[in-house]
Amino acid sequence: MKQYGVSSVFSFARLGALLLKEFIQMRRDRITFAMMLGVPLMQLVLFGYAINNDPKSLPAALVATSNDHYTRAMVSALQTTGYYRFDHVAENAAEAEALMASGSVAFVVTIPSDFARRVERGDNPQLLIEADATDPAVASGAISTLGTVAANALLRERGMEAAAAENARSQLEVVVHRRYNPEGISQYNIVPGLLGVILQMTMVMMTSIALTRETERGTMENLLAMPASPLEIMLGKVLPYLVVGAVQVVVVLIAAKLLFSVPFMGSLPLLLFAILVFVLSLVLLGYTISTMARTQMQALQLTFFFFLPSILLSGFMFPYRGMPDWAQIFGEIFPLTHFLRITRAVMLKGAEFPAIAGEIGALTIFVALFAGVALLRFRRTLD
Amino acid sequence: MNAIEVRNLVKRFGTKTVVDHVTMNVAEGEIVGFLGPNGSGKTTTIRIMCGLLTPDEGEGQVLGYDLLTESLKIKREVGYMTQKFSFYEDLTIAENLEFVARLYRLRPVEEYVGRTLDDLGLSSRRNQLAGTLSGGWKQRLALAACIMHEPRLLLLDEPTAGVDPKARREFWDEIHRLAQGGLTVLVSTHYMDEAERCHRISYISYGKLLATGTVDEVVKNAGLTTFVVEGPRLDQVAAALEGRPGVEQVAPFGTTLHVVGSDKKLLDAALEDIGKRKGITVRPGETSLEDVFIQFMAGSKDNMA
Repeated sequence: MKQYGVSSVFSFARLGALLLKEFIQMRRDRITFAMMLGVPLMQLVLFGYAINNDPKSLPAALVATSNDHYTRAMVSALQTTGYYRFDHVAENAAEAEALMASGSVAFVVTIPSDFARRVERGDNPQLLIEADATDPAVASGAISTLGTVAANALLRERGMEAAAAENARSQLEVVVHRRYNPEGISQYNIVPGLLGVILQMTMVMMTSIALTRETERGTMENLLAMPASPLEIMLGKVLPYLVVGAVQVVVVLIAAKLLFSVPFMGSLPLLLFAILVFVLSLVLLGYTISTMARTQMQALQLTFFFFLPSILLSGFMFPYRGMPDWAQIFGEIFPLTHFLRITRAVMLKGAEFPAIAGEIGALTIFVALFAGVALLRFRRTLD
Repeated sequence: MNAIEVRNLVKRFGTKTVVDHVTMNVAEGEIVGFLGPNGSGKTTTIRIMCGLLTPDEGEGQVLGYDLLTESLKIKREVGYMTQKFSFYEDLTIAENLEFVARLYRLRPVEEYVGRTLDDLGLSSRRNQLAGTLSGGWKQRLALAACIMHEPRLLLLDEPTAGVDPKARREFWDEIHRLAQGGLTVLVSTHYMDEAERCHRISYISYGKLLATGTVDEVVKNAGLTTFVVEGPRLDQVAAALEGRPGVEQVAPFGTTLHVVGSDKKLLDAALEDIGKRKGITVRPGETSLEDVFIQFMAGSKDNMA
């Protein structure tokens, strides 16, 4: 009756038993199961539509004492940039100040009463734009377009089309190509990033409680008393989530195409390969956390301790290159950082393998590292 | 060959020595009771024997396999039943058994599981979640799962805690049936009646093995003298005896009082005037296993202080 395998370290039959058990438990846990599929879709729709790095149509207040045609031309020029939406016309500076303080408007545009006179005289006309820069990102786009728009509008309004053209010609011409995303659509950047964030969220969280749940329920002791090796237990816990991850990837990629029309320039097999390595690193990280935490609560706390810096420093929310050097170095220790570069490069730039080999290499190091640490830690938890 | 042969096992957790030079031999086919107060190191010793913990010191063989280097082989031929129900409550009865059968690579799985379910009388409830079973049934399921792979040694850690007397009785009948088939059993327990159903017992306290042998041997070797006091107002007698030299235990048993001491002369002297009280009779009694254990517990507490 005793059919003992050649290898005591690994047997497919035992791994199969562990996998089957895990899938049955996953299926019984309806809420978790729903979460695994519902969460990615919900986050994708929510963040995909909500996050915008280049906000337009911002509320603005106009303080204008005269109603001459120069003033009107100025206002319409600002409105056509798309950044300003003049909801409020303030009688005086104090009223405008109150509007900004209360947060009702993001800009106060003040056109002085002698604006027209100065324009006519060619006497250095001035225009005051006050921006609420508490959030620098909000104001930056609106302010950057301002100079040229205002100058050209003024020249045109004075019937100096020729001069405007001349002005443009004589100046240094800077040619800017916004490559890979010419229209500067935030979603093209956000949605591929979300793929990484969603995977990280569910994969690390689910696996981090995998082992502690067994410990907490007392089933770990029994599992260890039976002939299952640490490697089998680890794979048995980690592989089911690889399948869940695969489903999430399909959901997110289809949604990216259908809902957000994110271009897919590169090779799908290459991206899928990168995702596989990334997800492996995540589940192993989660499993490592699982070997450290004593309770499921601790595991979740450790997971969240990891989430925030990884989301903020990976380049998902804020430009990676905008961070100081030490923070960039710190950011390198998150698999998400490398995955974001890969997914954006493959999806938007059509990058081939050589271009992302370095990043995939980094993810591979994470996989080896986490697997090693997890197996080492696991042996110790026996005692 | 002995099923268990361990020498000088030591296990420390931090600065606390939980198992302190325990030496133990269990012959094949024997049922050995493992007794001792809470936190005395019973569970830790059992965990060392089934390869769940590595001892800090000591050596030995379990089923002929080296304790330190062959724990995987030991795991395959030992059935270990944990103190707490440790099968999956969110799996059905059959799924739990199938899981165990697959882990031990018992083939065909369905045959093993089917036979076990029939033996348990749970075939009709095979699709019931294990978590919905009552305490007694959980215990029976756990035992069945532990012996499905036909182990040569069964380690049971307080298997009958919280189980009603009838289920306990049936459980012990089953243990004896298994032992007759050649299975060796080491079972930890708090219950004296269960200790008396073992071939031999070992008593452990604060990590030290204090006594080992058959129940009679342990009682005899303890060298205790017991007197039974009968009569009216025994509470007053008890109060009077408490603290007298030679009186080590005074415990009411129904309408009688058991007075126990290790020095017979001192005890005789202490009881002399009591016997002369009106209506009170003092007669020599039989020392029970419980008296011995309480004596052990009191003794080892002194060691700790």
